Amino acid sequence: MAERSFKEEVEKLKLGDGAEFHGEGILAVTKALLQSGVSYVAGYQGAPISHLMDVLADANEILEGLGVHFENSASEATAAATLAASVNYPLRGAVTFKSTVGTNVASDALANLASGGVTGGALVIIGEDYGEGSSIMQERVHAFAMKSQMWLLDPRPNLPSIVRAVESGFELSEASNTPVMLMLRIRACHVYGRFATKDNKRPVFGLKDALENPRRDLSRIAMPPMTYIHEKDKWEKRWPAAVKYIENNRINEFFDGEADDIGIVVQGGLYNSTLRALLLNGLADAFGESKIPLYVMNVTYPLVDKELIRFCAGKKAVLVVEEGHPDYLEQAINTILRRADIQTRIHGKDVLPMAGEYTGAVLREGLRQFIEKTRPDLRAPAPPASEVAPAHQQTAGAANAVNEQVHGRPPSFCTGCPERPIFAAMKLVERELGPHHVSADIGCHLFSIFPPFNVGATTMGYGLGAAGASALNIKAGKRAISMMGDGGFWHNGLTSGVGNAVFNKSDNVLIIVDNGYSAATGGQDIPSSGAFNAIRSTKHPIEQAVRGVGVQWVKTLTRTYDVAAMRDTLREALTTTESGPKVIVAQSECMLNKQRRIKPLMRKAVERGERVVRERFGVDADTCTGDHSCIRLSGCPSLTIAPNPDPLRREPVTKVINSCVGCGLCGEVSHAAVLCPSFYRASIVTNPSGWDRFKARLRAAVIGFLQRRIERKLQAV
Amino acid sequence: MNPSAPPRPITIAILAMGGEGGGVLADWLVDLAEHSGYIAQTTSVPGVAQRTGATNYYVELFPKSGSRANAPMPVLGLTPVPGDVDIVIASELMEGGRAVQRGLVTPDKTTFIVSTNRVYAMTEKIALADGRADSTALLEGCRTAAKRLIAADMAQLAEATGSVISAALFGALAGSKALPMQRTAFEAAIHRGGVGVKASIAAFGAGFAAAEGEIAPTKAAAPPAAPSSALSPLMAEADAYAEPARGIIRVGIERLVDYQDIAYARDYLARLKPIAETDKKYGGGSGHLLAETARELALGMAYEDTVRVAELKIRPSRFERVRHEVQAADGQIVEIAEFLHPRVEEIADTLPASLGRRLLNSGFPRRLVERFTKSGRVVKTSTIRGFLLLYAIAALKPTRRRSLRFAHEQKFLSEWLRTVATTAASDIALATEIATTRTLVKGYSDTHERGRARYDTLMQMLPQIMTTADPAATLAGLRKAALADDTGTALAAAIKDVRALPQAAE
Repeated sequence: MAERSFKEEVEKLKLGDGAEFHGEGILAVTKALLQSGVSYVAGYQGAPISHLMDVLADANEILEGLGVHFENSASEATAAATLAASVNYPLRGAVTFKSTVGTNVASDALANLASGGVTGGALVIIGEDYGEGSSIMQERVHAFAMKSQMWLLDPRPNLPSIVRAVESGFELSEASNTPVMLMLRIRACHVYGRFATKDNKRPVFGLKDALENPRRDLSRIAMPPMTYIHEKDKWEKRWPAAVKYIENNRINEFFDGEADDIGIVVQGGLYNSTLRALLLNGLADAFGESKIPLYVMNVTYPLVDKELIRFCAGKKAVLVVEEGHPDYLEQAINTILRRADIQTRIHGKDVLPMAGEYTGAVLREGLRQFIEKTRPDLRAPAPPASEVAPAHQQTAGAANAVNEQVHGRPPSFCTGCPERPIFAAMKLVERELGPHHVSADIGCHLFSIFPPFNVGATTMGYGLGAAGASALNIKAGKRAISMMGDGGFWHNGLTSGVGNAVFNKSDNVLIIVDNGYSAATGGQDIPSSGAFNAIRSTKHPIEQAVRGVGVQWVKTLTRTYDVAAMRDTLREALTTTESGPKVIVAQSECMLNKQRRIKPLMRKAVERGERVVRERFGVDADTCTGDHSCIRLSGCPSLTIAPNPDPLRREPVTKVINSCVGCGLCGEVSHAAVLCPSFYRASIVTNPSGWDRFKARLRAAVIGFLQRRIERKLQAV
Repeated sequence: MNPSAPPRPITIAILAMGGEGGGVLADWLVDLAEHSGYIAQTTSVPGVAQRTGATNYYVELFPKSGSRANAPMPVLGLTPVPGDVDIVIASELMEGGRAVQRGLVTPDKTTFIVSTNRVYAMTEKIALADGRADSTALLEGCRTAAKRLIAADMAQLAEATGSVISAALFGALAGSKALPMQRTAFEAAIHRGGVGVKASIAAFGAGFAAAEGEIAPTKAAAPPAAPSSALSPLMAEADAYAEPARGIIRVGIERLVDYQDIAYARDYLARLKPIAETDKKYGGGSGHLLAETARELALGMAYEDTVRVAELKIRPSRFERVRHEVQAADGQIVEIAEFLHPRVEEIADTLPASLGRRLLNSGFPRRLVERFTKSGRVVKTSTIRGFLLLYAIAALKPTRRRSLRFAHEQKFLSEWLRTVATTAASDIALATEIATTRTLVKGYSDTHERGRARYDTLMQMLPQIMTTADPAATLAGLRKAALADDTGTALAAAIKDVRALPQAAE
């Protein structure tokens, strides 16, 4: 079960004609799918579309009622291949994943799908993780649309536009026999807004109809000689069909403006930020009334030549607002205008940055430069320098003053995270055996690359931790260590990493973090999850799968917090003479999800008057000497520092704050690393039993007697 | 707002850290706005930042009355634009600094609500000594950048009311009057949210009051207890010194009496006397040398050994402190378990010097003890058995003066004091730095050994240090490098950089 529950939001999916939906962009997409009569939905979780998967899982009953099948795909490749159902049957299907990483994984299936083409509408919902806060490499999904010829929708970032894009996406796909990608930037996925809903539609042709009346069409299979026909078909039939649909249905939007000798061509997703930049330059009002004409490309691939020519003709200059690089759109528009012999000057990456997110500030400046170059008379009257300069100076001065004091705050392991002790153990082994090459993976465990652990040399993608150490597979004085999460393991790591290591007789060490969830994406279930899941099959042990592909040396540790055991097992894996890959399965439940699971249970137990024990750690400030070794081996958010209460000392002491969940790592580390005697574990017993109270009374009598003696002695001096 | 000016959205940026409830705050804002005749839009970039990293939310509000009938909806922004943010809310002081750094806070526009509590960044926490950022500079930067700054420790206000920081910040926003809605409208949004309403309303109230400039009453510190008659003569001796040494020496006396006995505190005063005279002679009246030496000497004499640890762990005041720290309520039972790992070295240290030395140099007995101390021990101090164990160890206090560790420490301190005194005659600033450098020797086991080794390295370098342009600054720099990392990389680099004054300059 996922980290966030959408039981409440699911009710919104039932809204019908004339009602209004309020909520996040990505949930609006879910509702739009049901309004479009979708037959099946699949996908792989990842920001910013995890919520789409989570809400579908929570909405399974509603989906079943509508005859919609929902799958948690094993990977993005699986998700993309799922769309095969729309090749021969008039079934509408949608899949979703994070891009560009998910699109990379999916590209084999997508290329095959796009080559043969589709009968039913096939929609790929792309959560674009680009710009501030992104967790992946910065690339454009546009390239995938071009190389495989899939249409790319980039709607304006408001809920009505997004919903319309889903609906017209299916129609466009069916009209042109081409899969369609709907791209949503991260802020659009999380944008809160509203739209008028329609009734949900049951698919006319269902999956049952397909299964019971199978069809095939040789011309849709990607195999020579059909592939050559596909290539021609894409250009000769599907492209014109798509362009016709886009034109006839006015998917792209024209907005007039009084300064009609210039114009702006903008990707739909950047419409709001561009309008804000116009507003801040005094060229638009808050309702989108712009002085400069706009051509909003809600479809960024294919380009509609006729529309572009119509927009640009008669204008001396046009600004293309296109985020990221290469500047595919700007190049294409230049080509279109050249071929039509139109002399409009195209601006774009000359006034806007080639790389990086187009935030309001970036666009405000780019637009100012564009106006400066083309219509300086439209410049906003600048306030006198005597007013601006001191304020600017004040802002710059303040920024300078804080610059040195503001430290980076990269993501880190949560309080009580079971992955932390794995790296604490790794640091301890490092002290004995020296540093090793560590090949990292994708997942929460990648936070090890930051302080305090500073472990991990490369990451090559989800599930590819072990594969990333493949070359380092020769006899040497040290072995490479690879990391892999359970999510990455089931995604592809079992074959790409483990199977590969067996086959190539690798001697390296692989640590598989088995925390019971696809944790980094929001705690979704996977095959090895320990929890019962009503609609999925769980509890398939990783160790069995690893042994199944031929690994002999496998150790499963059922409590990662046992740092000494973790350290000893890792040391053994690094030094054993046994040949073949050494796999350590490190198991403990993701603490974020565990707390979410047990906290309500504990609260209820307390309310019922049951005996409940909560554990947490603490540090005695009077024995702590402020060296912070313990923090360097942990980095837990609950383990922090505080001013030293001792007037003789200057260094801050270590302090455990009340958010501590008592995972036990602090104690284990202070033992395993022989740190200091300052840590204590407090067990707080709520609703103590009679036996508890009896023990407590007895102890209070004896200990109290001795403590009074201590007190008297202290007072004597 | 100027009624003739075209309508503009109210822009609000919230800077928080993952898991702090920045999302809850944004949700309340949207609910508040929608119930007050506004169109609201919010968006966020959580991503992996939700795992304890810095994260931000952006909200725009637009008055519905401003929308023309049948006109298109306002086009609301998705990113805060520097220079165009009306309200910035930061849930922590460094995040406030980050907002300033990003230019979101401007003096012509921004009402800046900052919680002054600190959630330390990893780089601040992992320093070997004090790596904390300068809070005063951060707050000053916040004040300079903003049109209006509202700064209070909202985390504390939230904790005092048993709620979360987002509620206190929401209260401060209401109290700032930066939004045109009434207090009751804000509170109604919390009620509609329906989660932890009572506590949230209390925290909201505290935040509201803080924004209005009410300062929560602080508890007056208890006056220090008068020293017992036995201590009076020693304290009188301390009082003969001028500040800043006087206060430190008084604490030092108390510490050492508590650590050992009155005689030990007398030793302390006796050892300080020559330093005081040296300081008077060469120190120019600042008293820094004496103060630094007094501080370090007290810490050095009250070194952490097993007896001291045991003694501190079993005190009644400590039991109370634990109950307080874990926020145990009446009726709850608190059990305490200690994580101790005495090694053969610590055991030998506690034994009488000759016996300890023999144990360390022995073959079989040492190995036997090592076998039993290979792994750490968990001692439950709240049980009779565990308490008695520590009580028995603490009872060894009278034998401390005969122990192996005591002999080592006294020798070490004497040498250190001698170096301080002899250096003072020629270079008082360097002598003061030498006094402070003893701070490297602290902690237990590996930490202690590492610190001691680095201290020795620096002391051996003294002749070389004295040839540099500013020996005191050189030593201070080296000490800082010694505290920069575990591995000693920074220290090794700093040592390489030590340059003697060029001969020509002499």
